[in-house]
Amino acid sequence: MAENKKLDRRDFIQKGARITLGASLAGIGIAAATKASAEKYVWQIDPFKCTQCGRCATDCVKNPSAVKCVHAYDLCGYCDLCGGYFKPGANKLETGAENQLCPTAAIERRFIEEPYFEFIIDEELCIGCGKCVKGCGAFGNGSLHLQIRHDLCDNCNECAIARVCPSDAISRIPASQAYIIKGNFTETQES
Amino acid sequence: MKKILSRIFLLLLFSFVFFAAQSQQRFPKPEFESGYEQPTPTTPEPRSAGMEWADVFVLLAVLSMASWLAIKKRSRKGMIWLSLFTLIYFGFYREGCICSIGSIQNVALAFFDSGYKLSLTVLAFFLLPLIFALFFGRTFCAGACPLGAIQDLIVINPVSIPSWVRKTLDFFPYVYLGFAILFAATGTDFIICRYDPFVGIFRMNAPYIMILLGVAFLFLGMFFARPYCRVFCPYGVLLNWMSKFSKWHMTISPAECIKCKLCEPSCPFDAIEIPVNEKERTESSVRKNLKRFSFYLVLIPVWILAGGFALSKAHVFLSRANPTVYLAEILITHPELKTDTENLDIQTFLESGKSMQELVEEATLIRNKFRRGGWYLGGFLGLVLGIMIMNQFTMRKQEIYEPHKGNCFSCARCIDYCPVEKKK
Repeated sequence: MAENKKLDRRDFIQKGARITLGASLAGIGIAAATKASAEKYVWQIDPFKCTQCGRCATDCVKNPSAVKCVHAYDLCGYCDLCGGYFKPGANKLETGAENQLCPTAAIERRFIEEPYFEFIIDEELCIGCGKCVKGCGAFGNGSLHLQIRHDLCDNCNECAIARVCPSDAISRIPASQAYIIKGNFTETQES
Repeated sequence: MKKILSRIFLLLLFSFVFFAAQSQQRFPKPEFESGYEQPTPTTPEPRSAGMEWADVFVLLAVLSMASWLAIKKRSRKGMIWLSLFTLIYFGFYREGCICSIGSIQNVALAFFDSGYKLSLTVLAFFLLPLIFALFFGRTFCAGACPLGAIQDLIVINPVSIPSWVRKTLDFFPYVYLGFAILFAATGTDFIICRYDPFVGIFRMNAPYIMILLGVAFLFLGMFFARPYCRVFCPYGVLLNWMSKFSKWHMTISPAECIKCKLCEPSCPFDAIEIPVNEKERTESSVRKNLKRFSFYLVLIPVWILAGGFALSKAHVFLSRANPTVYLAEILITHPELKTDTENLDIQTFLESGKSMQELVEEATLIRNKFRRGGWYLGGFLGLVLGIMIMNQFTMRKQEIYEPHKGNCFSCARCIDYCPVEKKK
């Protein structure tokens, strides 16, 4: 009889604790659900905030980085002397490695017609260091800019480059607006 | 008609603004004569949200399977195959990201930062294993956690750890959990993800030091079974609470325990409760224990206050982990660094046009959060410590061999050691 009573008490405590835990779990779940969103969130670089510090190339968990240079052709001036392609003070305006700003020669320079050249980013080679972006922004129209490529990005819970970004250019946004591709010059003016 | 006119007018106005703006472009876009076609930049889509829900579904399936294997089927073999699947799917294929352990931080941040958007899938990853633990024990640890799986599969020669060491180590997951929530809630860092020792192995890519840490954990894990789960895992704390009161926990024996001791050495995690010799329980020992128990019970508020006081005092130190606080502090203590062109953070701040006052205000706000958080965290850790010490002097009644419901991972190893046949 005494044994039975003891077991009953134990059962009662177990049951009580279980219900309490279950209820608090439900409470947390409901409270969190009110702050939740059904949309998927991804990481994004705002090219208008980016200062091309170079950390995207070194701090991304992917190697090479999931950040690549994107070319907004709409903005490009198709310059012969491209600030994103050539080192400042390059010997000659030709494709020799010693003239190129890109450390991995990921930019292809293609002649179109006098005096215009097209510049194409090879994403296989690009490491997202942003050197060309800086050059293009400093001397040209700023048509080159860095973006997180979502076919490469692991979408880490906490983005390693967002954590070290000195200009807070990286934020979490709904997947439906995953990219900011610099369109035409008006957008730059607005922001 | 008026409408159309106004529209035309608007259109003209817009195009004027557009061209005016465009004229500010340093080098206007050329007009090509050679029929050049301008390419458009590609925007590869991220993994679809549907696939994220598929992950939730896989988790649900694996959890159900693990619970069935542990409780109904009672099969260690099945559990090994299941954890192998988990290791491949959630570990190597999903590369360890979206994981229940890390989801603690997302949930914590959602509560403290109203601007943070928590994904429903992440919330599901946080809740599902806990709900399962409340009913079936820690079957998540046994079969659905890739970190658990990688450690479980390499347990080769586990050694038994003295109980005082184990009980001391039991405190660390609480510390890790507490700090993870503090850092997440203040928007500072996700330490669970950042110092996940196995994610580098899953991705075959990580900083050198993290790979080294992962390999060290695996090496240690051959002898000290599941070191991460037992000494660090912050999610394990929550699972432990749930599992302790689980409705249907796995049992060692399918019927009545015959106390044959055969299962005793089978558990690599020292999670089997051994019967307590009732003869040792004399009246004087009971009284002595009760006295100590009450003493440490009364002491608990002291622990809470001491912990809270200590950690709130440490808030200046702790808050340095936050980049904003760190930047503000270093600019105040070392103003000469403003001329250091190598320091990217400082240079970017100086160029950003943000005033020093704004930065300091922001940093002070975060630091105050750390002070308040320090009180909560210290109080919580004091409470846990107090209860742990007090619990040393409880008189347990233990008559049979059974798994410790809180610590048992439901890996089902012990089941194979039990000679008792299931009653038909």
